[in-house]
Amino acid sequence: MTVTEVPNVAQAIETVESHLHPKPSFALADHPVPTGREEVWRFTPLRRIASLLEETPDAGALSVTIDAPEGVEVGELNAGQAPRGTVLVPGDRLAALADSGAPNARYVRVPANAELAQPIFVDLHGDDAAARANVVTVLVAEPHSKATVVLRHTGSAQVLENVEIDVQPGASLTVVSLQDWADDTLHGGEQTARVARDATYRHVNVSFGGNVTRLHTNVYYEGPGGRAELYGLYFADAGQHIEHRMFVDHNAPDTFSHVDYRGALQGTDAHTVWVGDVLIRKIAENIETYETNKNLVLTEGARADSVPNLEIETGEIIGAGHSSTTGRFDDEQLFYLTSRGIDPDEAKRLVVMGFFVEIIHRIGIADLEERLIAEVERELAETVGVAKHVREGE
Amino acid sequence: MSLVISGLHVDVETEDGPKEILKGVDLTINPGEVHAIMGPNGSGKSTLAYSLAGHPKYHITSGEVTLDGTAINDLTVDERARAGLFLAMQYPVEVPGVSTANFLRTAKTAIDGEAPKVRTWVKEVNAAMQELGLDESFTSRSLNEGFSGGEKKRAEIVQLQLLNPKYAILDETDSGLDIDALRVVADGVNRYTAPGDRGVLLITHYTRILNYIKPDFVHVYVDGRVVAAGGPELADKLEETGYDSYVAAARANA
Repeated sequence: MTVTEVPNVAQAIETVESHLHPKPSFALADHPVPTGREEVWRFTPLRRIASLLEETPDAGALSVTIDAPEGVEVGELNAGQAPRGTVLVPGDRLAALADSGAPNARYVRVPANAELAQPIFVDLHGDDAAARANVVTVLVAEPHSKATVVLRHTGSAQVLENVEIDVQPGASLTVVSLQDWADDTLHGGEQTARVARDATYRHVNVSFGGNVTRLHTNVYYEGPGGRAELYGLYFADAGQHIEHRMFVDHNAPDTFSHVDYRGALQGTDAHTVWVGDVLIRKIAENIETYETNKNLVLTEGARADSVPNLEIETGEIIGAGHSSTTGRFDDEQLFYLTSRGIDPDEAKRLVVMGFFVEIIHRIGIADLEERLIAEVERELAETVGVAKHVREGE
Repeated sequence: MSLVISGLHVDVETEDGPKEILKGVDLTINPGEVHAIMGPNGSGKSTLAYSLAGHPKYHITSGEVTLDGTAINDLTVDERARAGLFLAMQYPVEVPGVSTANFLRTAKTAIDGEAPKVRTWVKEVNAAMQELGLDESFTSRSLNEGFSGGEKKRAEIVQLQLLNPKYAILDETDSGLDIDALRVVADGVNRYTAPGDRGVLLITHYTRILNYIKPDFVHVYVDGRVVAAGGPELADKLEETGYDSYVAAARANA
């Protein structure tokens, strides 16, 4: 097990130019092919994603199905057609390629004041691990609407995907992004939200599958009173690389952010990366932010990198903090649980499930919590040993 | 039908290599019997408990343990538990994120081979918790996490009552308990043995708990072996004289 924890706290920097958040741009020329020496690329296995870094047209490798309740507008947006491109400006080469390579974007609009009883489901499924998909999805939650969007990724493909999220004043939007890919999928991209005045944005990232996954989750604000909660859980199996990079830009006063990611790893060369960047700009007085990442390493040979970064340009804030812990599955816990008759695989599943459930319960939407718990249980049953059939008592 | 320990030698892993702790233990526990094992600190009492349960740090180098006729030396920890063995630990382990209720149900399911009946199980759990003086909120808390020392011991006995194993090893369950908690815990053990067909190996440093749990046999245990055996009167004698004479005799023989 190898662990890096490099908290960087830079105070009173007047410029916000930083390697941690390069200047976003639509122009591919601004995002050269990385060498691997760049800070933002140093954890990523570039050779394995070489094909993703190439400019390749969309081969339609992902079929996208949108299931939305009545009243929700579902459509398409051409390149350059607003609101496409109004929230997300690509921060790295993968995001730039996703945008430039996607002829049409999917568009989902929740009208003002609508409160959706059912989630909007966006299913993305691929059947060809060698075929490219460039996908852009634009989600707009109009003022005072309340909705949940579940993006569900399954199957095999080479995926570049951007999700552009506009959370308008007073809206409450929950976006769940479930990466349940087959083991040969490559997935890169960016999900960026702009959180307007008094709006609440919740993002839940769940990554299980895939060969290499590298996702940016970015938030910035438009006006005071915005809240952003970014939750994540991930499980890396042997040989898998799962990388989550957050960037919360507190560019408005009286805003709130909370980042809480948890990951479990098992198997040789299972590798997870979590990088949490929070920038508190000079204008962002009276804000509150906390970010935390916990990793649970179940076996030898797995590696968890965890890097929280906090850049603070004003001291006039309610609070800012971060924490990062990486621990091993404890042999004494295993002994204790097995001494009660529980088999070792089941014991591991119990502990990992317990570790994840704490995050899932933060979502606060009962239906969604149950759905996610079922997903996690299914994943753990497949990966951590094999679930035993137990007869239900009457 | 009994728990039979014969000629048991056990090594523990240390930084300097394996070290022999148990040097030939012979003990037979029949259903319905309570055996107290008493000894000074460092005599290997806990090693006996852990090696019976199958802790990976301890290795049986020779001898045999059979449970109702089945050799358990080569069984895994969970297989031993399912065969009917239970160890109430001196230092129960905290398991964050796993609720006590979920743990109890999972353990009961594993032991019985089928899930307990939903209707009666919750009542059973709550009743056992109440008997041990733990309020219902403990079932929704993470297993042992943030429990006080006494609460952990009570929770061990809750498990003993609910899992109802054929043989229970209680490893210094009395240590760190005040007199009220000791009574509550002892009552729990006595409820467990009341039907008369369960075997108990009660490991303790002090005679105090024997005022509440009546042993049928008392074994004095020094330097990895039993050096004296008798009835309850042996505990009374220990109360007066302590372990010094036994320790001195063991040294002289070594």
